[in-house]
Amino acid sequence: MRFMFKTDYEDDIKLFPHSGYMVTYGVLLAFLMVAPFVLSSYLVSQLVFVFIYATVGVGLMILTGFTGQASLGHAAFLAIGAYTAGYLQQYNVPFPVYFLVAGLLTGVVGAMVGFPALRLQGIYLVIATISFAFIIEEILARWESVTHGNEGMRVKALQALGTTVSRDSPSFYFLCLAVLALTIVGTLNLLRSPTGRAFVAIRDSETAARSMGVNVSLYKVKSFAISAAITGFAGVLFAHKMSFISPEMFTLQLSIEFIIVILIGGAFSPHGAVLGAIFIVMIDPFLTYLKDDVPGMIAAVAATFGAGAELAAKIQSNVAAFASANGLKGAIYGVIIVLFVLFEPLGLYGRWLKIKLFFQLFPLYKRATFKRQKIYVKSERNR
Amino acid sequence: MLDFVQQLVSGIALGCVYGLIALGFVLVYKATEVVNFAQGDLMMLGGFFAFTFIGILGLNYWIGFAGAVAAMALFGMLAERVVVRPILGYPQFSIIMATIGLGYFLRSVAGIIWGTDDLKIETPFSQGVLRIGSLVLAYDKLSVIAATIILCALLYLFFNRTTLGTAMRASSENMLAAYYMGIPVKRVVSIVWAISAAVATAAGVLLAPITFIHSNVGLVLGLKAFPAAVLGGFGSIPGAVVGGVLIGVIESMAGFYLPQGWKDVAPYVVLLAVLLLKPEGLFGHHVRKKV
Repeated sequence: MRFMFKTDYEDDIKLFPHSGYMVTYGVLLAFLMVAPFVLSSYLVSQLVFVFIYATVGVGLMILTGFTGQASLGHAAFLAIGAYTAGYLQQYNVPFPVYFLVAGLLTGVVGAMVGFPALRLQGIYLVIATISFAFIIEEILARWESVTHGNEGMRVKALQALGTTVSRDSPSFYFLCLAVLALTIVGTLNLLRSPTGRAFVAIRDSETAARSMGVNVSLYKVKSFAISAAITGFAGVLFAHKMSFISPEMFTLQLSIEFIIVILIGGAFSPHGAVLGAIFIVMIDPFLTYLKDDVPGMIAAVAATFGAGAELAAKIQSNVAAFASANGLKGAIYGVIIVLFVLFEPLGLYGRWLKIKLFFQLFPLYKRATFKRQKIYVKSERNR
Repeated sequence: MLDFVQQLVSGIALGCVYGLIALGFVLVYKATEVVNFAQGDLMMLGGFFAFTFIGILGLNYWIGFAGAVAAMALFGMLAERVVVRPILGYPQFSIIMATIGLGYFLRSVAGIIWGTDDLKIETPFSQGVLRIGSLVLAYDKLSVIAATIILCALLYLFFNRTTLGTAMRASSENMLAAYYMGIPVKRVVSIVWAISAAVATAAGVLLAPITFIHSNVGLVLGLKAFPAAVLGGFGSIPGAVVGGVLIGVIESMAGFYLPQGWKDVAPYVVLLAVLLLKPEGLFGHHVRKKV
């Protein structure tokens, strides 16, 4: 058990509350630094996707987790970032320039979405962001002179400092890792600043925030802009990683996946975004595993418990047929979302905190510590 | 001119379908302040149930229709019990996510059970057209319009004239106060979900001859029903239907008179405009903010 006495404000906002954090993150960073040279190229590729999804997750977290503005349109911001990169690259604009331009442009578009969103709350905001995403998707499909329409657009390999960085090389991996790390540190610093505290105040109570002198409209627009800009940066990396972009990659489905990232990870800490991103990226390999290896394993277990060879083969083929059913991924998504909302609204990171607390308080832990209270609502219409 | 009327009528028929789905949103929203993102998927599931009863078991169309509605009403109660009740009263975002998850699940499971082909139900209105001069109106579209009017009227009467309807409105305004006044809030919410699933099923079955039944139909139409519900003002039953009809007509007209691509976007452009200019919708009543 470790006691932490916070005697002044500086103690409260430290990035690393005690030395244990530095050790943990140091080890993690060291592992990630050697990973591309040790792991198989497939795993490295998956890690790159984790970084990209986690970056978007952190961006969305600023908006949804900290400012309390729901958005189901983040795929559109990712698309704007990706297409800006793809378009500018055709004119031999250097990478650092179009990287920044893509982020800025997405941020500006985000602010433009933020202004109309000022008047909207809750469900209306969700529907408005969905509409925005649909409109962007349609524009991408129709504005053929820039986006090549439904044919999609090739994105050349990244050129920086006179060398070509291929999408599978360790350099690209380090680029994505650096972007994620900078995003996380930047977000943590943002949250320690007056801006971040204004965001949290708006989330907790708009009226209270306003009465404390927070300019609610300004900070909501800022939150939209920052969140969109981060997503735009991730979009550039996404475009390079995929090396081909087309409008049907940026659908509502993708927006929902981003929401799942922060929902399953836990919406109130960058840890959550990373955990959620790992989850989303790993679900496909998991399904493949379910398809290829699990039926054989089940059949082997059945055989050891006395089932004949014929029955075991039958079980294997049935399980394999079930595991390769077309919509299994959707069903798993659905069940997992519902289970998380019902039983662990704080996500995987929340679960980790609870486990940690259990060990910190070991003999004194009370089972009812995190019990949800029954609550009744008044109409939001009058709020 | 003839083209215009033809487009108008098919727009109205399409719009009535959006209106019926929007009615489902509105019912649930009115009673529980929950927005059910799985409404379109309930409609899809209702269509599949009807297909099972009519197409596979070979029942009479009307018996199959009634059976599907009854089965889906039970299913609506079940969904409410399992997914919504534990989180009733929590922030809207959680509930939206839970219903999105439910929608995902239903879509995939329906795809696994019934396959991914387009299915079709033989209905009494499938064939035949009504000719007025040189105007040609298909019976299946007219049946959708008629059914929408009837359902809308019934629900309006139900909400405004019956005790149960009043109880539903009361529990939506203030759940705790309604509970103290002796309204069984939980049972009320259950019944609302049953009704909303039943309405969705009616929409799905009526729609079957027009759009066919496949597992993604709910997502496509459900997302079009949002603009309808918002346009009418979330929480207003006539508003949902009028909003649906407007969206249907706008879509139909945009598809005919505007360049390609506008058809799919027009409803959302209109929606954004409405949200900006009149966020409470056409029929919603403006409420003053209280602190």
